[in-house]
Amino acid sequence: MQIHSSELKIGQSATITAVNIDEIPLKLLEMGCLPGNKISLLQVAPLGDPLYFNVNDSHVAIRLETAREIIVTKDLYQ
Amino acid sequence: MSLHLIKVALIGNPNVGKTSVFNELTGLNQQVGNYPGITVEKKQGICKLSDSIKAKIIDLPGTYSLNASSIDENVVIELLLNKKDEDFPDVAVVITEVENLKRNLLLFTQIKDLEIPTILVINMADRMKIKGIELNIMLLEIELKTKIALISSRKKTGIDTLKTMILNYQNLSTEPCLNASSIEPEYFNNLRRAFPNQLLYKLWLVITQDVNFLNLDRKEIKSSFTKSHADLKRLQQKETIKRYQFINDTLKIGQKIDVSKASDFRAKIDRVLTHKIFGYVIFFGILMLIFQFLFDWSSIPMNFIDETFADISSFVKQQLPAGEFTNLISEGLIPGIGGIIIFIPQIAFLFLFISVLEESGYMSRVVFLMDKIMRNFGLSGKSIVPLISGTACAIPAIMSARNIENWKERLITILVTPFTTCSARLPVYAILISLIIPEKRIFGFLSLQGLTLMGLYLLGFGMAIFSAYLLNKFLKLNCKSYFVIEMPSYKIPMFKNVGINVLEKTKAFITGAGKIILALSVILWYLGSHGLSDDFNNASQIISQQNKDKIVTKETYEDQLNAFKLENSYIGYMGKAIEPLIRPLGYDWKIGIAVVSSFAAREVFVGTLATIYSVGSHSEEESTIKNKMAAEVHPKTGIKIFNFATGISLLLFYAFAMQCISTLAIVKKETNSWKWPIIQLFFMSGFAYIISLIAYQVLK
Repeated sequence: MQIHSSELKIGQSATITAVNIDEIPLKLLEMGCLPGNKISLLQVAPLGDPLYFNVNDSHVAIRLETAREIIVTKDLYQ
Repeated sequence: MSLHLIKVALIGNPNVGKTSVFNELTGLNQQVGNYPGITVEKKQGICKLSDSIKAKIIDLPGTYSLNASSIDENVVIELLLNKKDEDFPDVAVVITEVENLKRNLLLFTQIKDLEIPTILVINMADRMKIKGIELNIMLLEIELKTKIALISSRKKTGIDTLKTMILNYQNLSTEPCLNASSIEPEYFNNLRRAFPNQLLYKLWLVITQDVNFLNLDRKEIKSSFTKSHADLKRLQQKETIKRYQFINDTLKIGQKIDVSKASDFRAKIDRVLTHKIFGYVIFFGILMLIFQFLFDWSSIPMNFIDETFADISSFVKQQLPAGEFTNLISEGLIPGIGGIIIFIPQIAFLFLFISVLEESGYMSRVVFLMDKIMRNFGLSGKSIVPLISGTACAIPAIMSARNIENWKERLITILVTPFTTCSARLPVYAILISLIIPEKRIFGFLSLQGLTLMGLYLLGFGMAIFSAYLLNKFLKLNCKSYFVIEMPSYKIPMFKNVGINVLEKTKAFITGAGKIILALSVILWYLGSHGLSDDFNNASQIISQQNKDKIVTKETYEDQLNAFKLENSYIGYMGKAIEPLIRPLGYDWKIGIAVVSSFAAREVFVGTLATIYSVGSHSEEESTIKNKMAAEVHPKTGIKIFNFATGISLLLFYAFAMQCISTLAIVKKETNSWKWPIIQLFFMSGFAYIISLIAYQVLK
């Protein structure tokens, strides 16, 4: 099932299926936020934003609006 | 044998320990300066490789890739594209770290495409065992077409291997490790045909970004090979995917990770440090501890320095023959220098604490915690870094706002950062607080003076946030909101890195501020001890005349004479001229002179008062600046000059007014217009005047 990366729960991991490259900074792509790579949600900031992900082994925090531009498929075993 | 200098560029992602490697290679043998025309820090140093060969090491700003998104990152590609630059490297050393090898290698593959001899450094090798990582170095060297130095800057291993590799750089391969142009063969083939003498990847960098590349006519390339912004970005994404494919394939055979050993220490600490309650409690706890320490702890060396300089001053006065020259030294120069030296404990401590917060990786967590809150005020979580490092100095703080992706958030951050309490305000606060706030303790351990100081810091932050809120309402700018921040793994700060950082920053600050203070104190001394008018030149006769019917002691006579002379000196005239403007704030003309002279730089305040009072005092026994200030009374009413109302009014004035020419200059550079620094100057100083006026009138 395809969802936005912002809909993941803390601790859940997924595989990136698509990114909206017009809305995503190049820097994030270069950190490995690319289709096919692993992503997992590690932490959510106290007010629900930003979100702290592990993308392709990079530990990175992004804002909710950016996370919504990343489409993922949840890993099956969860 | 003649001395040969190999030019080496250190390149790497942020947080890979690049600075540690630089420090290990160069020791204290380094220079920090600026790149011409821009305010990006340029660090270089010399490393001895053998008896006759040395290397000039250039520490380039950290960058994630060669697709630059800030002027700091631009420096990297501009140097690497320009063969004519005097610093163009003979060999590039790309620094990566064991845990983030995959991502770090992206930059490495880009550098390889530039066909510069390249060495790959894999840092933090000491963590391999704990993380269950194994590397097949020989295989990786073949795949990546390079030499690999496996080092640990923390454990100081592998540095010699790296030095040997640099020494033998001519044997390194300059062949790219993958063929990136295969992402769109037709486009790149045309490009190659049009510019047969140029490196394809260089052309691509020139097309995709805004760099000055001297040897090529940008327009020519652009006009025939340009694409829409979206198309270019799509190609850049393809390129990135292509590079990662290569890296993944390489690491699949060259790297083994035992997942069972990978305990995520970082995630565990993060659960506490970014917790919705504990996170904030810890953050504010740390801040409070620092401020309490700052006042209590640094007052000991500060008092010592203050007294030492008073002693030196009186010693010089006694030893040298009386005269103009002696006065210049004992009354102008020595108090002036003392006014600089006294900063050292507090400044060093501030730089130390900021450096530790950054090095440990904690600062990124604060950014994460604060982003949503800060956005309500038009700021970014990343504004926390300038706001906190603004407590040391607004200049590096404003430069650190470059990391903020969104222009509106960045502009607001730049405009409000000078409200935070910088270290130049500290000596002003310190001396005023010690004059007007009693030395009491609450609950036996919280010093009242320390709390007042903390209150002033909070006031500065509060004002910064409040003006950000106003600016956010009035500034009509539409910017895309990008925000990406890496959360580096936690590290115990390395003593050497922190030490060198504190040393460099303190030195730069002291010499920078020192020159201004020294020059001003000499000028002030001259203006204070010379005058044009007949009154000044005939001072002794006038005073004798006034006292002719009274019997006065020699001391009283000299007091009157000095006070009279000062009032009729050049500086006295200037002070008197501005007195009507500052009288409502509770300042006399001497304070007025100090306030006006601190429009160049705040820290001049104490030095100026020291100089003015030294000129005005008669006593053989020199007392400290603080004692002199405490002893000052109004000549007619006998009320203390530095009373509570005046003190508070001064504190508030220094808290809010824009009194730093260097900050205005940096704001001009960073915003590329005079509009913003001018608005800053008038808004801040005007606000300071009104608040101080109200405070004095209410309290007096």
